[in-house]
Amino acid sequence: MHADVIVIGAGIVGAACAHALAQAGRRVLVLDARIGGATGAGMGHLVVMDDNPAELALSRDSTARWRVLAPHMDEGCAYSACGTLWIAANEEEMAEAERKQQRLREHGIDSRLLDAPSLARAEPALRKGLAGALEVPGDGILYAPNAARWLLAQGGASVRVEHAKVDAIEHDGALRLADGSRRSAPQIVLANGIEATTLCPELPIRPKKGHLLITDRYPGTVHHQLVELGYVTSAHHSDGDSVAFNVQPRPTGQLLIGSSRQFDTTDPAVEAPMLARMLQRAIGYLPGLADLNAVRSWTGLRAATPDGLPLLGKHPWRQKLWLAVGHEGLGVTTAPGSAHLLAALMTGAAPGFDAAPYAPRGLLETA
Amino acid sequence: MSTPVLLLHIDGQPVRVKTGSSVAAALRVAGGMGVARSSVTGQPRAPFCGMGVCQECRVLIDGRQRLACQAVCAEGMRVETSE
Ligand SMILES: Cc1cc2nc3c(=O)[nH]c(=O)nc-3n(C[C@H](O)[C@H](O)[C@H](O)COP(=O)(O)OP(=O)(O)OC[C@H]3O[C@@H](n4cnc5c(N)ncnc54)[C@H](O)[C@@H]3O)c2cc1C
Ligand code: FES
Repeated sequence: MHADVIVIGAGIVGAACAHALAQAGRRVLVLDARIGGATGAGMGHLVVMDDNPAELALSRDSTARWRVLAPHMDEGCAYSACGTLWIAANEEEMAEAERKQQRLREHGIDSRLLDAPSLARAEPALRKGLAGALEVPGDGILYAPNAARWLLAQGGASVRVEHAKVDAIEHDGALRLADGSRRSAPQIVLANGIEATTLCPELPIRPKKGHLLITDRYPGTVHHQLVELGYVTSAHHSDGDSVAFNVQPRPTGQLLIGSSRQFDTTDPAVEAPMLARMLQRAIGYLPGLADLNAVRSWTGLRAATPDGLPLLGKHPWRQKLWLAVGHEGLGVTTAPGSAHLLAALMTGAAPGFDAAPYAPRGLLETA
Repeated sequence: MSTPVLLLHIDGQPVRVKTGSSVAAALRVAGGMGVARSSVTGQPRAPFCGMGVCQECRVLIDGRQRLACQAVCAEGMRVETSE
């Protein structure tokens, strides 16, 4: 097939880009090496994040897009509109919950403050003595690997997936594959997650390793995606290891427990001390977790940029190349908004929100 | 000298096994495929790896989720295979 666009990577970001480009009338070839990535390793929390206005704009647009797609998705995508509870451990964090509600309200995002008794009623498994929570009902969860496959399938004949590893991007923008053959198209999208720097070493992307653990099925234990309000401070240190309480009720009744952050390691091994720290943190909020049976634990690598925002837009000097990388710990959430933005820029349409904050930046000038 | 035997209950049915048997072995003694649990889609699952890795042998033992292949039978133990 002749392709108008080649997308490198069939993770959630590449799949969303292929979907958006197909909707814009493009014929898309997706190349994926089947080495897997963050999409198969992450949590699938669809969450509005408001650390800065650009993150808020992208995550708000994206969660709205997921809500539109959700009724059409198949059961395997495991979408659930469970909402998020941002848990405040003390009065100081409760004040932060109020500030957060204010920020969300200014952007038209619905949320509700729960005092301590309402929180205990909403989630009886949480420990006593918490100050309260902010509930964001528009948030949800899904199973990202299946959502990626579903997005690709929506493209019908306009999207073709080829299992091939891209070894290099040549000067004229053509792609050299591992089997020595070449592929070319008028536009190329780089969406291969943490592997992006192997093809473009100039990208300012660093790995941020995360541990997750999943329990056996205990339906009804937890009802919302639960995140500690302290998460924002612990997750965004640019250096050093951190853990934060983050528990997701899977539709199967399993509990997915996160999350940890470590910089500059690409070792996929589950590290017992890190896992222990993470679980201690979780048990501090949900004491009953200690009695549950864990089924598996694993790790994944987030592709982190210095400012935490993805790089979306035309590569400043490589021919034909567009970037959709650096989604860090929020790429499942922000895939549809990122794809919308990129497809608009690539087809000359007006995006629904300002593209400037995500424009490729901080690239190292290499020869 | 006869081998010591103990009695446990699997889904309410009394089952006699040799002392030292794993619960996975008791599931087989209890009959059939030795089914431990059913998957989310309702498919029957039986002990597979026998060494605590595959997680296919999860059962409720005296009210707690455990791995049948890693649990040793005890007198009077109550094992449930339906969650
Ligand atoms: C522990 C953890 C928890 C997370 N939790 C959440 C969460 O709750 N919510 C959220 O929104 N996000 C979360 N994330 C982040 C999210 O998972 C990622 O941002 C997102 O999956 C990135 O998707 P991607 O498509 O960019 O990359 P990837 O999923 O890594 O996909 C890259 C694809 O490119 C392919 N590829 C790589 N190199 C080549 C090559 N040379 N040629 C061809 N193909 C290639 C790979 O096979 C792969 O399929 C989490 C991440 C981690 C690690
Ligand atoms: S048979 Fe594999 S864990 Fe028990």
